[in-house]
Amino acid sequence: MSAAATLSVRNLSIMFGGVHAVEDVSFDVEPGEVFAIIGPNGAGKSTIFNLISRLYEPSAGSIRYGDHDLLSLPAHKIVNTGIARTFQNIELFEQATVLQNLLVGRHCHMKRNPITNFFFTPGVRKSELEHRRKVEDVIDLLEIAQYRDERIADLPYGARKNVELARALCAEPELLLLDEPASGLNNEETDDVGFWLEDIKHDLGVTLVMVEHDMNLVGQVADRVMAINDGCLLAIGTPDEVRDNADVQQAYLGVSE
Amino acid sequence: MQVLFKTAYNDDLKFLAKTGEKVRVGLVVVFLLAAPLFLQNYYLAELGLLLVYAIAGIGLMILTGHTGQVSFGHAAFLGIGAYCHSILMAKGVPFSVSLVLTTTLCAIVGMILGRSASKMHGFYLAIATLAFLILVETLIGEWHSLTGGHAGFAVPSLKIFGVSMTAVWKQYYVDLFFLLAVVLGAANLFRSPTGRSFLAVRDSELSARSLGVNVEWVKIQSFGISAAITGLAGILLAHHLTYLAPDVFGVLESLKLMLMIVVGGLGTILGAIFGAIFVSLLPVALSFLKDVLPAGIGQQAGLEPLLFGLIIVLFIVFEPQGIYGRWMKIRFFFETFPYYRKSSFVRQKSYLKTERMR
Repeated sequence: MSAAATLSVRNLSIMFGGVHAVEDVSFDVEPGEVFAIIGPNGAGKSTIFNLISRLYEPSAGSIRYGDHDLLSLPAHKIVNTGIARTFQNIELFEQATVLQNLLVGRHCHMKRNPITNFFFTPGVRKSELEHRRKVEDVIDLLEIAQYRDERIADLPYGARKNVELARALCAEPELLLLDEPASGLNNEETDDVGFWLEDIKHDLGVTLVMVEHDMNLVGQVADRVMAINDGCLLAIGTPDEVRDNADVQQAYLGVSE
Repeated sequence: MQVLFKTAYNDDLKFLAKTGEKVRVGLVVVFLLAAPLFLQNYYLAELGLLLVYAIAGIGLMILTGHTGQVSFGHAAFLGIGAYCHSILMAKGVPFSVSLVLTTTLCAIVGMILGRSASKMHGFYLAIATLAFLILVETLIGEWHSLTGGHAGFAVPSLKIFGVSMTAVWKQYYVDLFFLLAVVLGAANLFRSPTGRSFLAVRDSELSARSLGVNVEWVKIQSFGISAAITGLAGILLAHHLTYLAPDVFGVLESLKLMLMIVVGGLGTILGAIFGAIFVSLLPVALSFLKDVLPAGIGQQAGLEPLLFGLIIVLFIVFEPQGIYGRWMKIRFFFETFPYYRKSSFVRQKSYLKTERMR
């Protein structure tokens, strides 16, 4: 798996009624980097993710990933270009087991013919076992083997977070959109997430884009940071540059005059 | 309580992993196979009808229990199946050909309904499917030249590959064969990608979409498969009824199917079968009740639909997981005896879910 494509967002805007949730935002994410998006609540961070994964229709701008014009694709085709995502408020399949959730993560790589599935032909069995092996690699990486056969509804919050990350990894993405991977986790769990993100970056070569409030985590893993406020871009740069930026400080802490 | 020791990924593809499950299912299958030996014809015919309703229940279960799409119009597919098959057979088409044509027709009609319903949710979907049912019922009633209208339509006798199957025990085995095939097929479906995409759409359309599931297409597929299976039940039902009338396939029949899957337990194949047993025993209990109750109440016309509605409400309030859920609890009680506590099955609060985008 090699990340070779650049995600380039140009002049992206979206209106909800009269509100500019995102206004004229442009940025590039280079292959192999960890790119963090920060900003106060309601700044439009998750909206940018929802625009990239085509759950929202932008009012202006373009999103390209390598050779793909994402805006010409429907939402369910985005994962085929190599982009997977997680959600801020866990969106797992609650009544299904962890294993079933992860196998849905493999969905984009699977042939699915209802007729052969109904008869469970030898071909279907073979493909199930192959994909199961891939899923097992992810289970090992994120250490969720003990939950394998549990229903999501029976899992604690932290485990659900891991399962959601695992499910996105099962799609074998080149680029992973992480919407607040550490929200709601305790310090120890947040440290774990930090290590995993570095593993995912180095071992799997996945480009990471994440929305995160935990600045320690951002400082630990991010190569570049983009700060936005009220839908407008404030600064892009290394974590230190962005932290020292006057506009960013004003957005977070208020005016100092 | 048996703890499973799995040594191969194939172990997870087995339907019945635990010894207890194998024994129980084996006993039920043996009972069903041997039933004609010790059951009188009347009870055998009733049991056959129960199997037919179990097939219809599995059909609706796939759509409502597994894909999360409510349908109050499934009696329409029973009707389309029954009528289409009877008309074809009356025109001299052999059973096997008619079986394929009828289920295909039902699948196509189901997919068309699914196409128009794929953007609807909850209440609106319920209304749309109900409207579809009324449409089909009216169509069957008014299309005199083809269906015989309200005068009814005599179902040709059951003949498979030229062999008459009208004897009660033969017909029973036909029903049993199709039920076992449908159960096996449905179970296959849910250990393969298609079935998983159904579950995904039920639990979160949002993340299903972002994982590459074409949500609209999955709903259309689910409607199609569900309609085909319910249509198959319609074919078998026709041979039990021997005389078709459009009002058989009305709202009450739909409600009965819905009652079956809610009472049986949504989201499980076993639930559909429990539900079929329940609705088959209900008329017996009802006729008993009518004798016991004072005539003023017992002879009221609307007693049956009232009870249907009441039972659905009571189950939703007190046992949302239906008979299947209750069965799990009883099993768990014995498996973990004496450690079972009431709180073992208290539902965990679901974590915050906002930002629902539809």
